[in-house]
Amino acid sequence: MIENRPIITIFSHLVLILGVMIIAFPIWITFVAATHDSVRMVQVPLPLWPGDQFFENLDQAFNRGIQGGLNLGVSMMMLNSLIMAMMIAVGKIAISLLSAFAIVYFRFPFRMAFFWMIFITLMLPVEVRIIPTFQVVADLNMLNSYWGLSIPLIASATATFMFRQTFLTIPDELLEAARIDGAGPMRFFWDILLPMSRTNIAALFVILFIYGWNQYLWPLMITTDRDMYTIVMAIKQMLDAAEQAPEWNVIMMTTLLAMLPPVAVVIFMQKLFVKGLTETEK
Amino acid sequence: MAQVTLHNIQKTYPNGFKAIHGIDIEIADGEFIVLVGPSGCGKSTLLRMIAGLESVSEGTIRIGERAVNDLEPADRDIAMVFQNYALYPHMNVFNNMAYGLKIRGLPKTEIRKRVQKAADILELTDEQLLRKPRQLSGGQRQRVAMGRAIVREPSVFLFDEPLSNLDAKLRVQMRIEIRRLQERLGITSVYVTHDQVEAMTLGHRLIVLNGGIVEQVGTPIELYERPASLFVAGFIGSPAMNFATARIGSDGSHVDLDGGASFVLPDGLFAAQAGQAVTMGIRPEDLLLADRTDGRNSLTATLIEHLGADTLVHGHFGTDQTDMTLRLGGIQNVRAGERLPVRISPEKIHLFDARSEKRLV
Repeated sequence: MIENRPIITIFSHLVLILGVMIIAFPIWITFVAATHDSVRMVQVPLPLWPGDQFFENLDQAFNRGIQGGLNLGVSMMMLNSLIMAMMIAVGKIAISLLSAFAIVYFRFPFRMAFFWMIFITLMLPVEVRIIPTFQVVADLNMLNSYWGLSIPLIASATATFMFRQTFLTIPDELLEAARIDGAGPMRFFWDILLPMSRTNIAALFVILFIYGWNQYLWPLMITTDRDMYTIVMAIKQMLDAAEQAPEWNVIMMTTLLAMLPPVAVVIFMQKLFVKGLTETEK
Repeated sequence: MAQVTLHNIQKTYPNGFKAIHGIDIEIADGEFIVLVGPSGCGKSTLLRMIAGLESVSEGTIRIGERAVNDLEPADRDIAMVFQNYALYPHMNVFNNMAYGLKIRGLPKTEIRKRVQKAADILELTDEQLLRKPRQLSGGQRQRVAMGRAIVREPSVFLFDEPLSNLDAKLRVQMRIEIRRLQERLGITSVYVTHDQVEAMTLGHRLIVLNGGIVEQVGTPIELYERPASLFVAGFIGSPAMNFATARIGSDGSHVDLDGGASFVLPDGLFAAQAGQAVTMGIRPEDLLLADRTDGRNSLTATLIEHLGADTLVHGHFGTDQTDMTLRLGGIQNVRAGERLPVRISPEKIHLFDARSEKRLV
């Protein structure tokens, strides 16, 4: 639709700019806070323009952390978060691809029953099943480990459902052509289904990586060892630093660091991401 | 190279629907057989059973000497071309053609040689071999799909309505190419189509299917000149054969149409069926203009279609409202409402039993 009325153009731009400001202002404040020293951050009014302490804060947040708090730099936590998020995203995709493959392409007894069982788990997020899941993870000796952080979050009804829908759009003739070409089931999966779902996998990876990265409650439950802390839970604990005013500059720097990887994933994968969500032609 | 034998083939779906009711056919080595019929007649099902994509409920399929009922499609030594081409969208043309050979574990040089040979036959350029299917036109995709079949060097080609996704002009062109290709390679082919023109032009023999039953097997000309049933008569030929309910005269020498028209039959041929109720069939080009009217056999024109090469006149005999089509060569100046005197050569008349719809004599 092409409109050529200047007032509407100005109005819609105003709305958009306002929207951007509402979203961006808190991030700006975070950034500004991360560039001042801790003394300036407890004075009123709060600064609106960047100071000169950016690299000092970066150094402290990354390597040393908060005095009297965890006394732990976030570099280790970022690595933990990264490993957890990657394991969750990759694991979820692998499991969902395989289960969707089974549901769409194989005729086995209770096929639909299994599908609905998977589907029903959509209604059971981690928070609902957190106590029994904790029990299971504890019994398996997976507390304070990457496995414990990621495995309970890996099963994914959403991704299974999405891949199922994708596979259903792939014409049956492709399967038949592959059968005539002599491809067995796994060969078909690997050579045809997987490359054809490439963009969907990318889109899901973006969503699932952010989902994994932002996990808060579950890591909080099962990690007691400081070496296993993730960055998202660390931010909260920084506020509880004993006997001290919160060091807002370091906390905000940590927040900024915590935001980076998801942003990077979105930026680098946005082309595939959009394609994966909108592409219909197979 | 191989002959294909179908013996008492039946297909019953799990829901009890019987798609194919016992078919016996022998397809000779190198023969081009066309399965033709309206949608839902079981022609695709039959083809897919030969391919191994559908299970066989009853009967035996042999390719060469082997019974293949229980073999996987890949082990049947066949190649299939699909209606929507079924090219792998993420592979380039070369890989599309080579995929089956790679799985069979052929050496790289052999694969390259075979693909190159197929590309030459189909006039695909080297540059096109590197393209993805979506960057090709419909006709080129169809060629690639055939290329994928050719590189396998199979005993039997199976075509499942390969031309129906193409536009009319391209269809004619590809039809000719398929015909040439088959003649050149001499590979036994089974071709499914609902388009009777395609069937007539491509097949050495046609198998007309209707409701899972074989109506007639024969060469295109046999089917055209001596259709075994009303169904075949109406299905083969365009514009379709004209039908009129009629009765054979009491001495068997002429046939009287319900509308009052009457035509002479070949001498003595129908004496035994005198007085029988029949459906008379006559091809549009066999309705000829007579020099002068004898009053009864005149067609009242209702609509004229000018096709350039032909003029089609729609009309009816006397009081009967059954629409008849008359095909005149060239451009003819006929107006609606005109009464045209018509004659028919006796041997061009087809008579079908009114009840069984089978051909008389």
